[in-house]
Amino acid sequence: MLRDVTLGQYFPGDTIVHRLDPRTKLTLTLIYIVALFLAVDYFSYAVMIVVLAACIIISKIKLRVILRGVKPLLIVIIITGLLNLFYTKGEPILSFWIIKITVEGIKRAVFMILRIVMLIMGSFLLTYTTSPVALTDGLESLLSPLKKLRFPVHELAMMMSIALRFIPTLIEETDKIMSAQKARGANFETGNLFQRAKALLPLLIPLFISAFRRADELAVAMESRCYNGGEGRTKMKSLHMAPRDWIALFLGALLLAGMIVMNVYKI
Amino acid sequence: MDSLISIKDLIFEYDNGETVTRAIDGISLEIERGSFVAVLGHNGSGKSTLARLLNGILTPTSGTILVDGIDTSDEDRIMDVRRCVGMVFQNPDNQIVANVVEDDVAFGPENLGIEPKEIRQRVDEALEAVGMTEYAEHAPHLLSGGQKQRVAIAGVIAMRPRCIVLDEPTAMLDPVGREDVVNTITALNKRYGITVILITHHMNETIGADRLIVMAGGKVVEDGAPREVFTHVENMRRFGLTVPETTALLYELKNAGIDLPLDALSVEECAESIYSELSK
Repeated sequence: MLRDVTLGQYFPGDTIVHRLDPRTKLTLTLIYIVALFLAVDYFSYAVMIVVLAACIIISKIKLRVILRGVKPLLIVIIITGLLNLFYTKGEPILSFWIIKITVEGIKRAVFMILRIVMLIMGSFLLTYTTSPVALTDGLESLLSPLKKLRFPVHELAMMMSIALRFIPTLIEETDKIMSAQKARGANFETGNLFQRAKALLPLLIPLFISAFRRADELAVAMESRCYNGGEGRTKMKSLHMAPRDWIALFLGALLLAGMIVMNVYKI
Repeated sequence: MDSLISIKDLIFEYDNGETVTRAIDGISLEIERGSFVAVLGHNGSGKSTLARLLNGILTPTSGTILVDGIDTSDEDRIMDVRRCVGMVFQNPDNQIVANVVEDDVAFGPENLGIEPKEIRQRVDEALEAVGMTEYAEHAPHLLSGGQKQRVAIAGVIAMRPRCIVLDEPTAMLDPVGREDVVNTITALNKRYGITVILITHHMNETIGADRLIVMAGGKVVEDGAPREVFTHVENMRRFGLTVPETTALLYELKNAGIDLPLDALSVEECAESIYSELSK
């Protein structure tokens, strides 16, 4: 039952979007987010929508799948929309009781909702098309200048990748402990919230103890294999920027430049 | 005799602040280069502690361990010791670091700072040597226990150690996985001449070894060729260990008054020796 949980949200594929270097994709996502906040009028929003649509179509990820990521945040989106709708000053077109709806309010609410939805869709596209391992490697490489400031980049990346490695192992173990406790009469499925939370205790304690034991053993095993931190370490698979990555980055830069120009001159 | 590891008057004590437990109580051993040594003993016999002492995870309370001439207590050279002696542990899950089999095998060589091209080559060779090439791009958590343990072994041999110490590598495996792992270890020793120290409590895994060391209470109580050690039936039983069924049978026959040599390890040998006695 727990085994069906998909890890991250990676959908393997072989499109250009999938094959881009993770560093390229991370940078482009950042550019996309900045550009999104620079968009102020109909035309710039239209450009952003076209860019996002193009990326989704090329990646062959179904729109339905991407929209699934928006669902949990629906309430936040609606509240943001309503706040913008009611609290924007301007020409009222509709007013009753204490509520006034203005033209500016409608425009702003629509833009705000669009911005949030597109922000979520854009970042989900990144995680859908990049494996967690590639994402970790990409982050480590992009953040590596911070090493000079003694920021533990390698250690963070190592922690992330070990966490990813052990998630399935711990899920499997949770499953096992759950079955063992059920066999002893534990009940995880009924009762109110408080009762259910309490029922989880005999599940979590063994899980924690075992996780600590695993951590200890893993540390000894890593030390035995001469692990000594990031210093002097090489990598078998180094990330490689292909021509397509540079082209993609160039297009990204173009988009950003265009957005800045449109934002400044209010075209 | 050219020894790779030489242990002299080794004593190791666990000290938890209140009580001191002596796990290793005066061991002196020479491990020959290229040999296959099995260490047999019950839980608490000190065999796992010995394994941890061999690559400097633990350092001796007194006495010395020299690995290829390097003292394991020398902190400046600990990496050289670990490069020389690779370790495989009991739980295959808890020694695999990466999310992909080949990345995990590459972990050791990466730590040594080897050129990426050479790492690639070593990883391919190591996976080939343990017969896991076709799983190179699999996720480790989807493999069986025996396969995971073979990946762990590949991860160690990719570092090109002179010696591999395996601390009960089969304890958590099913019979098929167990056989797989033992065959892999034996092949590594025969084909590549890697010194193997196999720590186990399964008597039948030690039969293929060149040398069998039996430990009890932190001491070496038997040391010799498995064929010879198993003939000391009474001694083995005193330490709570079983002997191969063939030896047990011959021993019972001997007790019943039929004088037979006890050193038959295979069923065929045993049958042969009974047959020749009967046809006298």
